[in-house]
Parts: sequence; structure tokens; C-alpha cells
Amino acid sequence: MNEPTFEGLSLAEIEEINAEISHYPDKAAISIEALKIVQKHRRWISDECLVAIAELLETSPAQLEAVATFYNLIYRQPVGKTVIHYCDSVTCWMLGSDQIKERLCRHLNVELGEISTDGEYTILPIVCLGACDHAPVAMVGDQLRLDLGENAVNEIFGR
Amino acid sequence: METLDKPLTKNIRPDRAFATLADYESTGGYQGLRKTIAELQPKDVQQWVKDAGLRGRGGAGFSAGLKWSMVPMDANAPQTRYLIANADEMEPGTFKDRILIEQDPHQLIEGMIIAAYAIQANTAYIFLRNEYHLAKLRLAYALQEARSKGYLGEHILNSAFSLEIVLHTSAGRYICGEETALINVLEGKRATPRAKPPFPLVSGLWGKPTVVNNVETLCNVPHILHYGVEWYQGLARGADKGTKLFGASGRVKRPGLWELPMGTPIREIIEQHAGGMQGGYKLRGFLPGGASTDFLLPEHLDVAMDFDAVAKAGSRLGTGTIVVLDDQTCPVQMVLNLEQFFAQESCGWCTPCRDGLPWTVTLLKDIIAGQGRIEDLDTLSGLTRMLGPGNTFCALAPGAMEPLQSALKYFREDFEHYIVDQSVAMEPV
Repeated sequence: MNEPTFEGLSLAEIEEINAEISHYPDKAAISIEALKIVQKHRRWISDECLVAIAELLETSPAQLEAVATFYNLIYRQPVGKTVIHYCDSVTCWMLGSDQIKERLCRHLNVELGEISTDGEYTILPIVCLGACDHAPVAMVGDQLRLDLGENAVNEIFGR
Repeated sequence: METLDKPLTKNIRPDRAFATLADYESTGGYQGLRKTIAELQPKDVQQWVKDAGLRGRGGAGFSAGLKWSMVPMDANAPQTRYLIANADEMEPGTFKDRILIEQDPHQLIEGMIIAAYAIQANTAYIFLRNEYHLAKLRLAYALQEARSKGYLGEHILNSAFSLEIVLHTSAGRYICGEETALINVLEGKRATPRAKPPFPLVSGLWGKPTVVNNVETLCNVPHILHYGVEWYQGLARGADKGTKLFGASGRVKRPGLWELPMGTPIREIIEQHAGGMQGGYKLRGFLPGGASTDFLLPEHLDVAMDFDAVAKAGSRLGTGTIVVLDDQTCPVQMVLNLEQFFAQESCGWCTPCRDGLPWTVTLLKDIIAGQGRIEDLDTLSGLTRMLGPGNTFCALAPGAMEPLQSALKYFREDFEHYIVDQSVAMEPV
């Protein structure tokens, strides 16, 4: 259902991108913003979308692809409705982020980057989330979850 | 008066709620800005902050006032200038700017307005990492409050000075925190650092003079203007001035963040504020200021948390948030975790960093897996030099080498143990 239509971008997406363009001296400057806008609507950036955005911003698809693949929060392959980012940086690693990853992956029966069979979740690692006094931590969608441990699965998925 | 000892955190409450404009004004908020606009010229503001001795809190420790004074401002200079607040906090082990933004957003905004006035910039950006969602919501709210009260926008407080602040959220990657990479991101490009010179102070965003300051640095500014240089200098215990957010994480009893005088001894932070080590664990060492600082040992506990004092002990103050290594965590594996981070976050622009960091990771993995040779330790030492200061395009790889070089010095027996006694080999994580 999230496959972009072949016409490219929706009217709403184009309007949002155009609104951003007005704040910057040149169109390509909003490359990252435009990718984020489209991703908000479609969860990820397909090849078709990438080409359509490049056309809209009057830049080359190769140029835009170089930008899109650089940033870890721009997804170039499909993800679940909610992305769970568990922190794997030093303090969380020391306090058990590997076990958190194992528990979450086992619960959903997925490897990192895969979509759970119900389409709801994708698990990805992320660098330090800046909450090391509550390690280990994760982001569930845009919500920060602190002090995860043996209860991580219940904390995140409820009962 | 207690609030005056802790200017940065006086509005920060245990329930993690945030200070609204009314809350902020009730504790002296925007008084520094009022004084600035009414009484001081831009050059005066630069001089006050220079005299106060405020050094950059992002890790480099450069004098904030001096930085501002280097912006070309004469009649022939470009009339468009930019101020950027670096809120891309991503140094592993660091959790200070998040608290400042989430719980007292107006403090950052007031600091930015005064800083922008000091360099006569009419547009400022907050470069916020995308993961700081709550910070984004609260900043957007606070910016709106500030606009509606005339602290932001056209003719601030009926003066000739106008400023707009744009809240920009990023799309990930640690390298965005490097100031020239950050500028490239704002221009919509890959976050590869730029060659210096020219320095951003002369040619930065869109080729215009640009100042990039860390969030905590900017948060100090309103108080210097409100309460004065002498008061600010009196806050500190050591050579550096003011207070600082210090933190501790790892296996301590009470991990957390505390605003303390600059120059507070490390021992006080770890033993008193963090409550010492958790039961059954001993202190083996620590990174004093995040992932890119050299390890220090228990024998360094009496070192003062000052830029120069920590440097003299062989490390860096960095972000001032301490990562504690306990006696049951393997330092070699800890270094592997750190180097994996840096290898992953390298932008790939320059060869030593792009190729040297993955090589470092491979060597460490081999050692831990029982396939290391004693010569590998010399190779690792060689890498700490080849990827050291002056050999790479930016500070990422030299930063990555700091924990490695100090681990090789202080924990050499742990590395050798894996190589000599293959029975301890394990699957590296």
C-alpha cells in the first residue's frame, strides 16, 4: 500500500516541499528536507520517489541518491509502521544493549532491518541517544524509552 | 543564593517538565537580553563574554567571545552573517544538551539572540538532531512564545535589531556535529567536512560569515550579561570559569547529570554525585568527556575537570560527561565498541579515516576472537599515529584514536591476554 504511484509524488507532498523551497536560496538546498517530507508520507524512499523528488528540485537523481544514502534516518528500503531504534553506543552496550536487541528481534521473529510479519515494526541500531544515565535506551517511533532491561519486550510491546 | 550558583539548571525540575516563558521570566529570564539591547554595543558583548572566560562547551574549549570577535564586521564585510546553535548532540556517553533544550528552551533562545546581536546576524539556525523529538516540540513552542512577546522577529524590544531563528532537524550521522559538515547539511548536501581555511567565521553557510556554538555554550551567555563578568568568574573552582554540566554513566550507583563549578575534581563527580561504583564493581578507568577522549585511571581521580587540567593528565575535558569503565567490562571490547562507532560514522571523505577505522575494527575483532598476533598491537599503535591530528581532514579519526591509544597504554595486558591465551577468545560483539 505504500508503493508510490507511478506519477511520482502526491499533491500534498509537492505542496509541503514547495513551502520549504521558499525559505532557501536554491532548490537543491532542501534535498534532505524533501526526502524527510516524502518519507513521512510513505515511510521510505523508493527509486521512483527519488527520481520524482530530484526532478522537482531540479537536481540529478545521482546527486540526490548520494544525499539520501548518506543519512541513516532516510530509509531506502521499506520499514514497518514503527521503527524501533535501540542504542548500541558505549554506555548502552556496557549495560546490555545486545541483550535488548536479541529480546526484541526474538519477540518479533525478525533480523535487523526486516519488517515484522504484521507490518508493524522494524528494528534498527542507532548511535547514542543522549540518555546514558538511563541506559539501555531505545526510541520507539519518536518516543524515548528509558531503563530497558529484562522487561524490554513488555515495556515496548505491552502485554 | 542557591539559584545563582547553578545558573544553567535553575529552572530544571525533577519532573522533567519545561520552563515556559512565564517561568523563565520569573527567574530573571530575558534580563540579559534587555540589558544587552538597551546598554551594549555588539563589540561590548563580545568583550564581556571574552572577559568572562567562557570556553566552548562542545569539547574544543575555544573562547566564545574571541570566536565572535573574529567575525568580519567592518563596513566592507558581507552584511549577511549567520549564527548556528549546534544541537546535534551525538557523542557517545553525552547527555547534557538534551536536558538543557528539553527543560529550559528559552535559555538557549535568549543565548542565541544575544550571540546573534554580538555578531549582528539576522538569521540563526538551531541544528537539532532528529531523534530529539521532545526537544523539537518544546523549542518550537518556546520560539513561538518568544516571537509573540517581541524577543524575536523584527525590531526586538523596539530596537533596530531583528532576528529570525529557524529550527532545523537533521537526518542522522554523527559527523553532522563537525561545524563545516553541519554547514554542508544546512545547504542540503552530504555531511562531509570542508577544508579549512577559509574558516566558517569568514566563509561559512552560503559563503557568509558563520558562527557555530554549542548549546551549552550559548546557555551560559544570558547569565554573563545579566549578572556580570565578575560573578561568572566567581562560580568556578579552577582555572576555567563558570559552571558546567558534568555527568556520569556506566556502573555507578546514581548515573546522572549535575551542574557544578568548572574545576570540580573528578573524584567528587564519581564518588559523591554518582554515589560511587555499584555493589560488586570496582572502578577500572573512565573516559572523562565522551567517546573521543583518552581513558584515565583511578589515579587521576583528583584531577580537576578543567580544559587544561584534564589535558595535562593526558585526556580531554570533551563534553564533561564521564563514561565509567568497571572491572568486569573488558576494555578491549569497550574499545571495539567505540571504534565500530567511529568506523560507521566516518563520512568516507578522506582515506586515512575511511580505510583506517575499519582496519582498526578488524584488528580488534581478530584479537578478541583469538586470532591476533603480538605485532597487531604495533599496527594498532601505528594507526593511532597515522589517523592522528594533522593526517586527516577533520577531527573524527583523531578523536577515535584517543581511547585506543590510551587503552593500549593502560590496558595492554588485556590485549596481550587475548593473544597469548587463546582460551579466552570469544565471539566479538
